[in-house]
Amino acid sequence: MRGSEMYHYRMRRLVDGLMRVLVWLALVVALIPLFSILGEVFSKGAPHLNMDVLISPMPTVGEQGGGIGNAIQGTLITIFLASIIGVPLGVLSGIFLSEYGEFKLSSAVRFFNDVLSGFPSIVIGIFSYTIIVTSIGFSVMAAAFALAIIMIPIITRTTEEALKIVPLTVREAALALGISRWKTLIYIVIRGAKRGIATGILLAIARVAGESAPILITMGYWRWWFSGLNKPVANLALNIYLFAVSPFDNWRNLAWLSALTLTAMILMINVVMRIFTKEKYI
Amino acid sequence: MMGHPYKFEVEKLDAYFGEKKVLNNINMKIRDKAVTAIIGPSGCGKTTLLRCLNRMHEIIPGARVHGKVLFNGVNIYDDEIDPVTIRRKIGMVFQKPNPFPMMSIYENVAIGLKLNGVRERKKLDSAVERALKMANLWDEVKNDLHRSGASLSGGQQQRLCIARALAVEPEAILMDEPCSALDPIATEKIESLIRNLAEEYAVIIVTHNMQQAARVSDFTAFLYLGELIEYGTTKELFENPKNPLTEKYITGRFG
Amino acid sequence: MKDFREKLRGDYLLFLLTGASASSVFIIIGLIVYKLIEGSWLSIQRFGIGFLIGTEWDPAISQNFGALPLISGTLVTSGIALLIGVPISLGVGLVLSEYMPRQLSFATSFVIELLAAIPSVIYGLWGIFTLAPFLRDNVYPYLQALLGFTPLFSGPIYGGGVLTAGIILAIMIIPTISSISRDVFSAVPNSQREAVISLGATRWETVKIVMSYARSGVIGAVLLGLGRAVGETMAVTMVIGNRFQVFPSSLFDAWYTLAAIIANEFTEATYDLYLSALIEVGLVLFLFTLMINILARIIILRALGPMRGIARE
Repeated sequence: MRGSEMYHYRMRRLVDGLMRVLVWLALVVALIPLFSILGEVFSKGAPHLNMDVLISPMPTVGEQGGGIGNAIQGTLITIFLASIIGVPLGVLSGIFLSEYGEFKLSSAVRFFNDVLSGFPSIVIGIFSYTIIVTSIGFSVMAAAFALAIIMIPIITRTTEEALKIVPLTVREAALALGISRWKTLIYIVIRGAKRGIATGILLAIARVAGESAPILITMGYWRWWFSGLNKPVANLALNIYLFAVSPFDNWRNLAWLSALTLTAMILMINVVMRIFTKEKYI
Repeated sequence: MMGHPYKFEVEKLDAYFGEKKVLNNINMKIRDKAVTAIIGPSGCGKTTLLRCLNRMHEIIPGARVHGKVLFNGVNIYDDEIDPVTIRRKIGMVFQKPNPFPMMSIYENVAIGLKLNGVRERKKLDSAVERALKMANLWDEVKNDLHRSGASLSGGQQQRLCIARALAVEPEAILMDEPCSALDPIATEKIESLIRNLAEEYAVIIVTHNMQQAARVSDFTAFLYLGELIEYGTTKELFENPKNPLTEKYITGRFG
Repeated sequence: MKDFREKLRGDYLLFLLTGASASSVFIIIGLIVYKLIEGSWLSIQRFGIGFLIGTEWDPAISQNFGALPLISGTLVTSGIALLIGVPISLGVGLVLSEYMPRQLSFATSFVIELLAAIPSVIYGLWGIFTLAPFLRDNVYPYLQALLGFTPLFSGPIYGGGVLTAGIILAIMIIPTISSISRDVFSAVPNSQREAVISLGATRWETVKIVMSYARSGVIGAVLLGLGRAVGETMAVTMVIGNRFQVFPSSLFDAWYTLAAIIANEFTEATYDLYLSALIEVGLVLFLFTLMINILARIIILRALGPMRGIARE
């Protein structure tokens, strides 16, 4: 090597090594918050965990004890109601995209689904407010409606991808037997993709379980148990927001406990989902 | 360079993909300023052998090499050798033309020099012109050097890739089936270019096309199932093969 | 014959049912636009364009509403988030696609994606109790000692504020940007890497070629991250301090964003104009994210579209 090239080669090696260190450092920096969050939530939430707090409702001012029982109940009811709307719409849309992908309509649906999934959840909350809260008031229905809209694009996308994995030969074999398209789909294709579809639904549930902005707009704070579809319910994520900086120790502890419950639930869904499928969903 | 009679000396070379051995005990010496062809049926390891010569084999995950490859008498698999400096001295042309589509024709040719710290505009200009002339592409592109490299035809793209390899003034050129994606006219141009290059460089070409090997090469190596079956002058190997396997292959009875 | 007709009817029904569901996305988006405009009509009529350039937000006395400080607060915090988050995300994307063995990369990607699964409100909680005190005690004093001569880094340090909000947003957009950029890097054909490696390029020089090949996909990924930062609500509300002012005195001072004011004041809006002004804030936020998302999706589709087959090999 010539002298100048030799010098330049050393510089290149130096830059190469430096960048290698920097990109790995980026990974470490990106992972620190994750472990810090998990550690904090666990260490501050776990000490207050017992059977009693899981079945008691939020305490009133000055009242000792209390729990997150009503928030767990409320969160589950809200997710259940949201799923009743969101799952069928999402799965059917996903079926349309995978079965009739050749239609011009499909690429538009796919595009606007992606766009919808990028909307801020608080805007979806306002939308639900203008439609449902203005007619029946702050209620679990309004919250479920907002969450359903958040679920639809996620489920649509994962369903489409799950169905696409079923090999074409399977469909062709069934169609060649003279089985109609819809029967092939329901009895054969969906059976082959049911894991993938279930995963998508779980993913959507995990996502909306942690939503608090639309909950705040559509229900606000509710201290009691479920008492009707036209009334609000309590919510774990909202508990965190409302009580994180409250003046009472036991309220703050319940905020951390809510965070622990929520995180555990979401992590569990994600890990189960990972074990269920090898395929990656964005 | 010191007068080593051979540009490459391959000694007891084994190559693996994971647990699978794809080259077994290869020994061959490759002359400077000549075209050496490596032929054999697909999957015989000829591309792997080529990629062992400039340490490109090992960039595939799980790929390993045992043995020696001497380049100008120096083992390129020595612990102290940085593969980056080896590859800089040995140009490579791939099966499918792979110009950088985000760069102009000029930048495509100049990139190797820029990597090595050449910044002077004049030096770059003359090196680019020289390389494009050697690759017989200059007359076709000299008026639009700033067009994208991807805008050229397939044959032109391949010659652009050859120019890119030549611009850094390598000491040897490795070509992995450089004409397999090209039409007959483009192939003819590349073949005559290969003959010209042999006046200055050691050129090693992998091909599955025996006529091509016969047309362009001075020496030919026949590889079968990871073994070097026969190696000699092209004339002798084609006219008077010593191994019955070689004879079967060149007469088209298998492969 | 009857059998055949039945078959057709089933197929027709399937098409109709799924098609109608799929089309619901247009209805939803259309209704969102309509309802947001309807809800903010009172405010639009009253303030017109002045809403976007007004710098007063006074629900109590003058009942004047202007959103300019909210818009700038949103843009500044998102800008800080990109400034910090993009280099880290690109580093992560590169490690995952260029530096790590495949198996390890799959596992690490999953862990990175867990970051996206953590709810915003938990980021906020962590922001209040862990991140803000840490920054207040261990980072900001040094930052101030170093750069305190500029107005950006002078003034009292509370822990929360503009910079803290930007940092927490940066953390939240890292999984989005890094997983998409990993995908676009992985989709770069190997022949490009081999071409430059064979010229004697180092790993980093090879990576630079990969990045320049994938640049439009990366821009799309960054835009999606920006979309997420602009619309992010709870975590920001919990750390930014929620003070309506034209300019904060420094990056350590409190401020406000479009999303944060909605979360903070929506349930307290006591009269129609106030509520309408907040819905108009939502409309502005919606239009911002709509534009960013459409742009991002178009760029990503263009970048990934032709290489999709390679991406999922």
